[in-house]
Amino acid sequence: MLTSHANVLSPRTIADALDMRATNPQAMPIAGGTDVMVALELGAVNPKTFLNLWGLRELAEVNQRDDGGVSIGALATYRTICASEHVHHVAPILVEASRTVGAKQIQNRGTLAGNIANASPAGDTLPVLLALDADVEVASSARGARRIPLSRLYSGYRQLNMDTDELITWVHLPPRHPNDRTHFRKVGTRLAQAISKVVMGIRVRVEDGVVNEARVALGSVAPVPVRCHHVENALMGGAVDPAVSSLLSQDIAPIDDIRSTKAYRNGTAHRILRSALTHLSKEV
Amino acid sequence: MSDQNIRFELNGEPQSVTVTPMARLLDVLREDLRATGSKEGCGEGECGACTVLVDGLSVNSCLVPVAQVEGAQITTVEGLERDDRLHPVQDAFLEHGGAQCGICTPGFLVAAAELLAADDQPTPETVRDALAGNLCRCTGYQKIVDSVVKTVMEGWPC
Repeated sequence: MLTSHANVLSPRTIADALDMRATNPQAMPIAGGTDVMVALELGAVNPKTFLNLWGLRELAEVNQRDDGGVSIGALATYRTICASEHVHHVAPILVEASRTVGAKQIQNRGTLAGNIANASPAGDTLPVLLALDADVEVASSARGARRIPLSRLYSGYRQLNMDTDELITWVHLPPRHPNDRTHFRKVGTRLAQAISKVVMGIRVRVEDGVVNEARVALGSVAPVPVRCHHVENALMGGAVDPAVSSLLSQDIAPIDDIRSTKAYRNGTAHRILRSALTHLSKEV
Repeated sequence: MSDQNIRFELNGEPQSVTVTPMARLLDVLREDLRATGSKEGCGEGECGACTVLVDGLSVNSCLVPVAQVEGAQITTVEGLERDDRLHPVQDAFLEHGGAQCGICTPGFLVAAAELLAADDQPTPETVRDALAGNLCRCTGYQKIVDSVVKTVMEGWPC
């Protein structure tokens, strides 16, 4: 590969990073580099300037909040997430998903915020974050911080509802409810180093045998990671019923691409949903 | 951009390089510092041939801009030995036939060293999971896994 001779801005504080972001909106943010450096190698991007966020160590943390939820900093890596007992307790499916991203070498550098910012419909953590009702906190030097539910972050294929002077700072997960049952499943060519053909995160809240909250989210079956509202609505008010998986066609729009086919994705999404709901129906 | 001076420790020795900051760590190691043990197999973070440790954590050095290792401690395959003794996993590869052509071997050794520092008696399942980021085209992996499982870490300084 031809070495990039781009400028690099390397802020040490969040305030500096936001100032640099505002004055250099064309500078490409880079954190762990596991997406950006690949794009650079493939010639898909060639910016004149990078905004190097790796030095923002205050954002590399995972914090338990007083309400029992977890806040994951933008520079927290998959490894940090997997090592956090808070995340194990509040969001075990996020640990599961993080362990499927690439391999150890990728997990030691790649960040959760990077998975969100990269905005691939195949992002492994995104259906999990949708299922958990994650909020994304972003900030700008001009307007301060605001929070966006991940379910409203993507306006289209690889497009985020963020301004050019904003950076992701935190990902907030709500506290885990004792009646929540969760499930994660990724289908790829192998168990490591594979971009998903279909990836799924589910959370159902079951009280007295009845579902009163349902989140079914899939990736790689639409231009963005999607919530499957027809399936979710059908789950509400009854026992966890695997048969509602037949409604999935109304919520997904898979295509043929280099990794898989529309037909495979359709069939596999239905099967893994049915299997997941069967599994969840037996949980207590 | 004009070159920057980046300082880090390589295999215990302080280094100071003046390079363009987006240069890949892999290229700085191989070209500027002549530590050619780390290999480029894919340039995309898929094969693990470029694996090095940064502050004890395995990374694909083809994906790390050198600007991001300012102040870090880097270990390459050249740095696994101590006091003229090979790392126990290197001994194990020699004893149990873990290498054929050898191109993947530095990456496997470094990745295995990270595993063994945390878990000195891994099972084959643990080894396969830990080394999932390293590809080999020659061996079919079995003797690599056997070598790591059979590594004797006892007596090796942390």
